Amino acid sequence: MEKYWDEKMECATLSEMKSLQSFRLSQTIRRVYEKVPVYRERMDAAGVKPEDINSVEDLYKLPFTVKQDLRDTYPYGLFAVPMEQVVRVHASSGTTGKQIVVGYTEKDLDTWANCCARALTAAGAGKSDFMHVSYGYGLFTGGLGIHGGAEKVGMTVIPVSTGNTKRQINIIKDLGSTFICCTPSYALFIAETMEEMGISKDDIKLKAGLFGAEPWTEEMRHEIEDKLGCKAMDIYGLTEIIGPGVAFECSEQTGMHINEDNFIAETIDPDTGEVLPEGEQGELVFTCITKEAFPLIRYRTRDIGILTREKCSCGRTLIKMKKPAGRSDDMLIIRGVNVFPSQVESVLLQLGNTAPYYQLIVDRQNNTDTFEIQVEISQDMFSDTIRSLEDEENIIKQAIESTLGIGAKITLVEPKSIPRVEGKAVHVIDRRKLH
Amino acid sequence: MNNIRQISVFVENKPGRLSSITQTLKNNDIDIRALSIADTKDFGILRIIVNDADKACAKLREASCTVTITEVVAISINDEMGKLSEVMELLNTADVNVEYMYAFLSKSDNRASIILRVDDNDKAHAAFVASGITQLTEKDICEM
Repeated sequence: MEKYWDEKMECATLSEMKSLQSFRLSQTIRRVYEKVPVYRERMDAAGVKPEDINSVEDLYKLPFTVKQDLRDTYPYGLFAVPMEQVVRVHASSGTTGKQIVVGYTEKDLDTWANCCARALTAAGAGKSDFMHVSYGYGLFTGGLGIHGGAEKVGMTVIPVSTGNTKRQINIIKDLGSTFICCTPSYALFIAETMEEMGISKDDIKLKAGLFGAEPWTEEMRHEIEDKLGCKAMDIYGLTEIIGPGVAFECSEQTGMHINEDNFIAETIDPDTGEVLPEGEQGELVFTCITKEAFPLIRYRTRDIGILTREKCSCGRTLIKMKKPAGRSDDMLIIRGVNVFPSQVESVLLQLGNTAPYYQLIVDRQNNTDTFEIQVEISQDMFSDTIRSLEDEENIIKQAIESTLGIGAKITLVEPKSIPRVEGKAVHVIDRRKLH
Repeated sequence: MNNIRQISVFVENKPGRLSSITQTLKNNDIDIRALSIADTKDFGILRIIVNDADKACAKLREASCTVTITEVVAISINDEMGKLSEVMELLNTADVNVEYMYAFLSKSDNRASIILRVDDNDKAHAAFVASGITQLTEKDICEM
């Protein structure tokens, strides 16, 4: 029996949802036009008045906001309330560029906690569960975001934060954690460390995990579920919009329901900015319609995804986004072909005997892109003869070629030689100097 | 049956790898009795016969090496011209294929030892017995 945190919103009819969104959108636009000079200037330049925005159908008229805008207005330029009403800030540094700062009023924190509570409830969590939070606490939204949602649900929260994996495993075991949240690659790192410590999945009580903050594949899901003995649920979010909880997976596990009563989603063609119909893959764009302190308008996420309103067996009517295929930032263009690291991961995991540790190395020689994939050899695939190792390389090479549509040089490397970060994995080294 | 356990280690072609592998063996008092390396452009396979195969395997795995144990055969023949050719012909006649082999000379007794990876150890063994070729055991090699 499916449980909902907020059945009225999660299972609203399309017309109820659209009219709620339209009302909230027009209110938000009127407010940001008045309070935030950047939005007013942009709208004036585009010839759009707040009174032109009366329904979700008018959304396309509004200019986009991009990450650079957040950097340009650093730290508080896009805040829509006086600082006296802001009770918390979070920040994201990203891997490149200046950091960005976002703010929350008391009501925003409540909205956020409710978004996460929906995700946790959909994963099966309740008051009697123990939530092991191994997202980082601090400026990063992951830790405190899930923390707030779990407290809202009434779970017993174990705020472990990141680091010291062996200690984390002992806590999971001793305190009887039934839920965990962290990045999917850290979940696998935990599984790997458990193996080293001689602790099996039967020694722990995990029922489900919410894994997010980086794209991951179905194969990785199966591996986590198999090794940790728990259900692996996807959760999506980004600091700019609110943090984790923008969208979440339900029991059907075929996509993530977007909390669209709070965040209106669109997909656009990343090159032209044109809005795409539902079902077409494009860049995800979100508009915050309930946030007070930091309501971003038509924010381009750089995440590539697909939106769908196909009926979901869980009963929720919230629009669904298919698992992001990667970020348009992460997307590599190699010899004119779009390549996402997650595709490579998917191929490797499907082959079965390789560990999911790989690195893509792109370089340019004589004006031609070179593409190498280093794959860590596993005990299972190693055999004593050169010929059989070369066969292994060829099998990977062919599978990669048929999936990506371009050839790659496959290099087998020693176990643990590809850098592991206890969080996001480093999967790409691009040595091309194109700028 | 006198199969000998040979340890094969995956070695990436990058500086310092052989040094670190041999150091692991040294630090654990493991003595290398015979050795060969096969290499390609990107990686190689280090094949060794040691005085304690189980320990070597465990210690190398602890050091994050990818290791496998392969059963090979070893023989001892007189170190004289044409002797190896006779052995090869014998195996050919017995329909045994050699995947690879490596040899070393003993210090004193004018004998050559040859380690062979073949596709059928039993068949090779039978052929050696029938022709009176001395097969070496793991103990023989360790004590050389």
